[in-house]
Amino acid sequence: MFSRIPLSALIGLTITGLFFLVAILAPWIAPYSMTDASGSVWEPMSWTHPLGTDSIGRDLLSRMIYGARTTIFIASMATLLSFSLGSILGLTAAVIGGWFDQLLSRFVDLLMSIPTLIFALVVLSVMPSNLFTLIMIMGILDSTRVYRLSRAVAVDINVMDFVEAAKLRGEGRLWVIFCEILPNALSPLVAELGLRFIFQVLFLSALSFLGLGIQPPEADWGGMVKENKDGIVFGIPAALIPAAAIAMLAISVNLVADWILNRTTDLKGGRSGQ
Amino acid sequence: MASKGGTLLEIRNLAIGATAYTPGERPRDITIVEDVSFKLEKGKVLGLIGESGAGKSTIGLSSMGYGRGGVRITGGEVLLNGRDILKGGLETLRKVRGKEVCYVAQSAAAAFNPAHRLIDQVVEAAVSHNVCDRKEAERRAVELFRALSLPDPENIGRRYPHQVSGGQLQRVMTAMALCSEPDLIVFDEPTTALDVTTQIDVLAAIKEAIRRTGVAALYITHDLAVVAQVSDEIMVLRHGKMVEHGTAQQIIGAPREEYTKALVSVRAISHEEKEQKQDAVLKVENITAAYGGAKGVKVLKNVSVEVHPGQTLAVVGESGSGKSTLARVITGLLPPMEGSITFNGRTLSPALKERSKDDLREVQMIYQMADVAMNPRQTVRTIIGRPLEFYFGMKGKERDERIAELLEEIEMGTGFIDRYPAELSGGQKQRVCIARALAAKPKLIICDEVTSALDPLVADGILKLLLNLQKIEGVSYLFITHDLATVKAIADSIAIMYRGELARYGSKSKVLKPPFDDYTDLLLSSVPEMQIGWLEKAIAGRRMESAGN
Repeated sequence: MFSRIPLSALIGLTITGLFFLVAILAPWIAPYSMTDASGSVWEPMSWTHPLGTDSIGRDLLSRMIYGARTTIFIASMATLLSFSLGSILGLTAAVIGGWFDQLLSRFVDLLMSIPTLIFALVVLSVMPSNLFTLIMIMGILDSTRVYRLSRAVAVDINVMDFVEAAKLRGEGRLWVIFCEILPNALSPLVAELGLRFIFQVLFLSALSFLGLGIQPPEADWGGMVKENKDGIVFGIPAALIPAAAIAMLAISVNLVADWILNRTTDLKGGRSGQ
Repeated sequence: MASKGGTLLEIRNLAIGATAYTPGERPRDITIVEDVSFKLEKGKVLGLIGESGAGKSTIGLSSMGYGRGGVRITGGEVLLNGRDILKGGLETLRKVRGKEVCYVAQSAAAAFNPAHRLIDQVVEAAVSHNVCDRKEAERRAVELFRALSLPDPENIGRRYPHQVSGGQLQRVMTAMALCSEPDLIVFDEPTTALDVTTQIDVLAAIKEAIRRTGVAALYITHDLAVVAQVSDEIMVLRHGKMVEHGTAQQIIGAPREEYTKALVSVRAISHEEKEQKQDAVLKVENITAAYGGAKGVKVLKNVSVEVHPGQTLAVVGESGSGKSTLARVITGLLPPMEGSITFNGRTLSPALKERSKDDLREVQMIYQMADVAMNPRQTVRTIIGRPLEFYFGMKGKERDERIAELLEEIEMGTGFIDRYPAELSGGQKQRVCIARALAAKPKLIICDEVTSALDPLVADGILKLLLNLQKIEGVSYLFITHDLATVKAIADSIAIMYRGELARYGSKSKVLKPPFDDYTDLLLSSVPEMQIGWLEKAIAGRRMESAGN
């Protein structure tokens, strides 16, 4: 089946896979400790420190590897949360309709009317800053977008004859949502999943950059850009490396998402697994 | 204007192809039309007839040098007035289209630009090709409106497309085609989307316009009875190849090829009306229903019908007559404002939610569009198996055996069990829908226009299957349709609906026996018969009547 994957998707798939592998294997492949200084400040690239050292002399490669772990883990968890929350509520709102739909949709409108970053900054500065709150806030704020999409898709599918046939058969709501509507809404949702994951990475990086995300000495890419940003004036590239990693992950996941979207856009199409 | 006689259009060995992009497969070239040749004399009408996918529209458009959406003309010549228009390039084509050849599309409602007044669109081709100036073009247009018997010909052009009815719009489009006085008009299913009572007027108007202006025409349709009324010659097409070509008389009266014979004899199913011995299985009494609450428009007014066990009630009417709404009321999708529904002696609760599982099981529904009536992500096994599981708790082997049985019953066989709907043909899809309904062992099946999206031969097969199943299973049908030929073929009793009311109701023999009320008479006399000269007779009959009144 690999012969049918276009080159761009193959590249995206490889790079994304590599990033995830690095994230999972972080403790075994990182050459130095994440927290201890192992050289002097902002050493250039060398054989002992392939990417140089950071603002307080820690090995940058090791921090990049651990950073991948933190960033990807939090982004994945937040995406998972935003997806399950957003799509289930969206599909339910479309099927039930009426006041339930109105209530949820207006609430989502309310959430969306506040700029996400500002909203998150306010909440995070009040709540205790730990992994759980971070994931919750990122997930819930992002689920509004997923809700909108899944509701829009489901409203279209809900009026089709096969859904009416299921309702006439006497099927319950759960069957209608999960067996009739969800399989047909899946392809746009899966493509959106890729995009949402990237937005989570960017969101987390932005929060960390502003000092409200991952707290030092834990490493994450956004925080690393912040720590090393002063070096840029002296011509030291330490801040650019995590920034480049964020960009690369974003692009590679997008390449995969594009491919999935292209492959399964046909609503009437045959097997989804072909 | 073209003088009589001489060849206007000659198509030689036309071949048309396209590239198919099946998802997950390599793109491959397919042939749409192969080796089709014909000549059209000036002032004559050639009917192109065939099922969907026969290539009739493609051939029609190729006479304007046009290939729709990725279609390529791969070989052959199209000679119009002696020139091969395929060789000229875009500039030549631009001069030919709209001036020498005009096109009348199937759905006028979709073909008109809703943002412009009708008159602007009607005169556009004539003015831009410098056939005449705008004033002259408008004068011609008004004349054509009058000739096509449109109401208020002086002012109708100032309206927008949405302000006139579908039948009128189709006539305006014919006027548009005639306005630049072309030599040839391509009519692509101009009456297919219309109700029968409207179709007859449009047909008469088109025929009269052709006769008066002496224009030649290609008339594309899938309905042999319609094409017989307007054509001098008929060409039967199938899978992009010519099957038979002859005069209209010969094709209708003495078809030579098997396929043509089948087309001519379609709807020849005869069905003996059954006696009403037992009590009615379904009694609908004094139903009044509206969309949008009590203040909404009433779609059904005081309708009462009965369906007897093992029999078929056909509900006939034009679009908007409320026949599909009746089905929605019976199934419980639309609770009625007044009236009651009795099924098998017990009263059905008006709303779907309050009905018991058995009530739901015993009334099943088959839809018009089989494509969207089945979940595209489920296999035939799940589609038919789910009602078995849901109503009877069947699982595993028992369920699979019953599915196989049902597939046998619908004459498809077990080879289809793991197919997805997209991998079935239109007729097969409808058969699977029938099997799904049968799986519930219903007493009543509501068939909502189940054959109107199918080609005539396929539709015939479905009707035969339904009749056969009725004999075996003893199931009753409530058969909703706009097609009177279908009604005659399968009904035991008939309800004719008009604007939400019952216009006529009773057993088939009674309903189809004169004296008729006005609407039934209009409806019955509008159904095209496969007989040359029927149109003139029907129109003449109507004139006499209105003169007598």
